[in-house]
Amino acid sequence: MSKLKGWKELAPGAIIEEAGNAVEFKTGDWRTQRPIFYPDKCKHCLFCWLYCPDSSILVEDGKVIGIDYDHCKGCGICVKVCPPKFSALEMVMEEI
Amino acid sequence: MTTEIRKKVLALTGNEAYAYAMKQINPDVVAAYPITPATEIVQIFSKYVADGEVDTEFVPVESEHSAMSACVGASAAGARVMTATASQGLALMHEVLYVASALRLPIVLAEVNRALSAPINIHCDHSDTMGSRDAGWIQIYSENADEAYQSLFIALKIAERANIPAMVTMDGFIVSHGMEPVEILPDEKVRQFLGERKPLYTILDVEHPITIGPLDLTDYFFEHKRGQIEAIKEAKKVIPEVHREYNEFFGKNMPDFFEPYRMEDAEIAVISLGSASGTVREAVDVLREKGEKVGALRMRIFRPFPYEKLREYTGNLKVLSVMDRADSLATIGGPVFNEVRSWLYDLERRPFVMNFVYGLGGRDFFVEDALYIFEKLIKAAKGERPSELIEYVGVRE
Ligand code: SF4
Ligand code: SF4
Repeated sequence: MSKLKGWKELAPGAIIEEAGNAVEFKTGDWRTQRPIFYPDKCKHCLFCWLYCPDSSILVEDGKVIGIDYDHCKGCGICVKVCPPKFSALEMVMEEI
Repeated sequence: MTTEIRKKVLALTGNEAYAYAMKQINPDVVAAYPITPATEIVQIFSKYVADGEVDTEFVPVESEHSAMSACVGASAAGARVMTATASQGLALMHEVLYVASALRLPIVLAEVNRALSAPINIHCDHSDTMGSRDAGWIQIYSENADEAYQSLFIALKIAERANIPAMVTMDGFIVSHGMEPVEILPDEKVRQFLGERKPLYTILDVEHPITIGPLDLTDYFFEHKRGQIEAIKEAKKVIPEVHREYNEFFGKNMPDFFEPYRMEDAEIAVISLGSASGTVREAVDVLREKGEKVGALRMRIFRPFPYEKLREYTGNLKVLSVMDRADSLATIGGPVFNEVRSWLYDLERRPFVMNFVYGLGGRDFFVEDALYIFEKLIKAAKGERPSELIEYVGVRE
């Protein structure tokens, strides 16, 4: 993480002056479980992408390419919605 | 430079004076909810709105919590925003007062001092605004209707320059419902003096989208609060500056933090806020006739706390008394007393400081009460110190 700013460097009224900077805030570090993606099993139905509450399924050209572990909270929804026939996602415990 | 102004004097109650000032300010947005004894302010103002005398967007909300919330939203959008309330209404706004100040929104509140329940009471004491003394708002206590009228203009200018919200207060019923001559300033001059609000930021600028009021945890909350504290320090410089500009522009003589009375050679003095101050001055005159070196110091601005100014007046004092129209309910007397006393502590020469709590729930305060206080102080100055630092004046045993 970049160096934290001192009070004199901050905008008045505690406003955030930059749009869309939430992406810089790595919120995935309190995850206790992580989804593992198996590209060979994936049929790119994009259910997981549609359901992920944290926009953490990475997609390129309509195809899942992996998981954004900086922001994935490990909720397991993607694993739940991945059709059982494919089972291209699996939940495992995070190692501490 | 003083400007030539033809005087127009109207007989107005305090509430009418507040409403008249609001009409002249012509704020972009007023969101309010009625409460005794402040109801008339927005009632009269809503008539101005209905009659097309102002361009204000009037938002009649369902509670004071909503009133202040609507004010926050409108002010964040860049509008000039005002509201009015009293007592329980201010208490219900409490949560949102902190939001307004931390977001640096210069909302101006016309407040009427009334006791907080229980027991339920509609009359004056200062427990309501003293309850919000640490909410980061500027607080200006007016002695009469004319001063409250003028203070709204001054408060607005200070608020918008310092980007800190401000409340002006007047004593419930004593001032809010008492009719007095009020010198009306010309509309055009008021408009000229106030100019346009230049907001620090606005949520309506689509070219520069911002986020207001995001979650702020252990890593940044403290830094943001520190910035706010600094802004309030800066406001302390803005306050006398705006008073100077106001007095020059309108040819007035409005005191900023304190209004001293016969303080030059005084050895004994009383600090008071609001309408009781005239009564204290009357007692000063009576005692000066008898050769007593007494004076009065009316504190007009309590927030931010003017300790630097306070110290300029206390150098020659032997005994000082603080009159509080509120009690901390913590066995330590009233809030003004505690702060005054604390901020004199580290001085080499400091007066003996006593506290007189008076007038709770609208109990009248007479010249005899003020004389009684001075009598105690004169005794204390001669070395006859009272056994208790805090005394309750005008209450039946
Ligand atoms: S575990 Fe939850 S947050 Fe992480 S990728 Fe799956 S759905 Fe998104
Ligand atoms: S839900 Fe399963 S199969 Fe469908 S895109 Fe996601 S990982 Fe692939």
